[in-house]
Amino acid sequence: MKRTLAQWFQERYPVESVVEYSQKKEVPLVHGTIWYYFGGVTLFLFIVQVITGILLLFYYRTGAEQAYESVKFLMTQVHFGWLIRSIHSWSANLMVLSAFIHMFSVFFTRAYRKPRELTWVTGMVLFLLAMAFGFSGYLLPWNELAYFATKVGTDIVGVIPGIGDFMLTLLRGGEDVTGATLSRFFGFHIALFPGIFTVILAIHLLFVQVQGMSKPENAPEANLKTMPFFPNFVLRDLLLWLIVLNILAILAVYFPWELGSKADPFVSAPAGIRPEWYFMFMFQTLKFIPGHVLGIEGEILGILGFGIAGLLWILVPFFDRSTERGRRSKILTYVGIIVVLFIIMMTIIGYILS
Amino acid sequence: MKKPLLIIVLMMAAGALMAQTPDNPNTCYDCHTMMGSPYDSIAVAQSKDVHGKQGIQCVDCHGGDPTSMEYEVAMSPDAGFKGVPSPADIPELCGSCHADPDFMKTYDPAFPTDQLSKYRTSQHGQLLVQGDEKVAECASCHGAHGILPVDDPRAPVYATNVPATCNQCHGDKEYMAEYDIPTDQFELFKKSVHGKALLQDKDTGAPACNDCHGNHGATPPGVTSISRVCGTCHVNNFTLFQESVHKEIFDQMDLPECETCHGNHDVEHPTDAMIGTGDQSKCMMCHAEGDTGYKVAASMSASIDSLSSVYDSAQVMIHRAEQKDMNVEDLQFSLREVRQKLILTRTTIHSFDPEKVENIEQEGLSVGQKIIRSARDLIHEYYYRRRGLGAFTLIITLLVVVLFFKIRQIEKE
Repeated sequence: MKRTLAQWFQERYPVESVVEYSQKKEVPLVHGTIWYYFGGVTLFLFIVQVITGILLLFYYRTGAEQAYESVKFLMTQVHFGWLIRSIHSWSANLMVLSAFIHMFSVFFTRAYRKPRELTWVTGMVLFLLAMAFGFSGYLLPWNELAYFATKVGTDIVGVIPGIGDFMLTLLRGGEDVTGATLSRFFGFHIALFPGIFTVILAIHLLFVQVQGMSKPENAPEANLKTMPFFPNFVLRDLLLWLIVLNILAILAVYFPWELGSKADPFVSAPAGIRPEWYFMFMFQTLKFIPGHVLGIEGEILGILGFGIAGLLWILVPFFDRSTERGRRSKILTYVGIIVVLFIIMMTIIGYILS
Repeated sequence: MKKPLLIIVLMMAAGALMAQTPDNPNTCYDCHTMMGSPYDSIAVAQSKDVHGKQGIQCVDCHGGDPTSMEYEVAMSPDAGFKGVPSPADIPELCGSCHADPDFMKTYDPAFPTDQLSKYRTSQHGQLLVQGDEKVAECASCHGAHGILPVDDPRAPVYATNVPATCNQCHGDKEYMAEYDIPTDQFELFKKSVHGKALLQDKDTGAPACNDCHGNHGATPPGVTSISRVCGTCHVNNFTLFQESVHKEIFDQMDLPECETCHGNHDVEHPTDAMIGTGDQSKCMMCHAEGDTGYKVAASMSASIDSLSSVYDSAQVMIHRAEQKDMNVEDLQFSLREVRQKLILTRTTIHSFDPEKVENIEQEGLSVGQKIIRSARDLIHEYYYRRRGLGAFTLIITLLVVVLFFKIRQIEKE
């Protein structure tokens, strides 16, 4: 039966060549191999997001009058509704965390260097999309904290010179955060972003499969230990995925994601309004920048700064020429360490001050 | 000798000032403010008070000629100067404006103009007519100069200040000696549920003296009117009592209705112990074991105790579920309904109909028991989730172990 089915497919598609390719494909077995798994973990968490997201869609209703109620119904009346929502929320956060680790591990190992520049660029686009997923999904339960965090977040977008007003109206569907904003964010979260994400993810994975895993830039080709991608690396990936799934279950049961109280646009913002943790470093930095710096509004300067820094970060494979020549750039290592420390410090300060 | 001279000089100086404001002469104010203490304080206070702000001047109450700088002319009886009005004249003097609807509506169409007619019916007003000038008239409570509107928290007639204002006379044993009425009302009131709400919590919705006794028509409520006074706020209790078996009996026995069980100035927060057959039961003041009232009291008390106990249990169960991080929002909402029923049960005892009380108790019990069951389910759900997680973790661990050995086996090969 199994053989007949395989034969049926083989007669129509080049199945054997794909299997043969993956068996021949080798993954370097070096000191930092552990970092190679975080791309897979991010992918796994994305799959969890898709599955739990579809399940949530069975009950979620958008609109300022229904969203909160539908999530509350899901959490209190639907069997395992609480579990699905908690896993979706925890998985989203772990996915961003895993993407952060994946990105920095690629950066520090210089895995972005030629010929993988576009793998890095597509990865960065996926990373930004993951953050956009988080930002748009945060508002969907239409609770108080999310409402005011979205108000603050979109306000920041509004100060971008030139396109700020346009972007603000585009995101909010009007001047204020209303039911129209919720409908928009819902559309972005379940249709637009998943569509773009899936295409870019496919390209990203295709690049990885075609080019294979990056090896350390100075590793001698002859003595490099490797392991077959299939089944060795895939089984190891699977083992880690199972552990991550268990961690998700523990988090969901012991720390179920709270719903809070329903958003009320007519009450004043409660104390302690803060964005999701992965936006905290930017939020806190903007708060630290003085009102005016050299005649430029502090907030605009901060946003421009983050914009330029982000662009340079995305383009790093194109101006890091030393790694290509076998010498790892110390300056870039220092820059990376400073960026990591900056993000960690600002996030901690943000949480302490709020 | 020097003082009259000084006054004359000051009056001349005021005359010079007056010449600059010929359209609105008020030589009373001009002279009094220049004469220093104590003559100036009343003039200044009046100019800033509710009357002064509306352009009402000294002359409007005291008469005289405010255009003349000559005090013999300005304060001459020929010019209509009345001097300080006697207490007996004050109600009519104030009433000359305040009882005139045509005049008062020029200031505020909603302003009441029945104060004088009510005052005439009051104990104070009737004694004043009989020549007793010790009783309260308008100025005794509102003041004379520096009168503030009733909604100004500084006013002596502002809700939270009323008890102290009344107590100035009614709490003075010596002053009240000839009237043969108690003087401890304020002390009792301060300790009462009403007094605590009004004076400690500053709840202006709580009754002050005037809310039960009336203000301008102040009179002690009699036996027949006491329940109407209480019923102004406690409508349900009043209605139930009026329709109850006790109404006729109390009337026959000439007993005040609410006051018999609850007291008057020292009304305390009612407790469940006030009903039933225990030591603190008010029912047992008249009833004894064996009579119908005893059985009714026991039955109503049992209803309250039963619902109260279910309410407490529901609260505890919700708390336990909440401590386990379960969502109890809906249960807390339902608990409010039980609380409402408990309050209604307590209110319904004023019907003295045990069946009526029991019906409401049963409605409350049904909701309360449902809450207890739901909270118990949530607590079970909490343990079910943990057991489920335990089983899931066990399966995953087994899979991980199997996978681990499989990987080792493959890598050895």
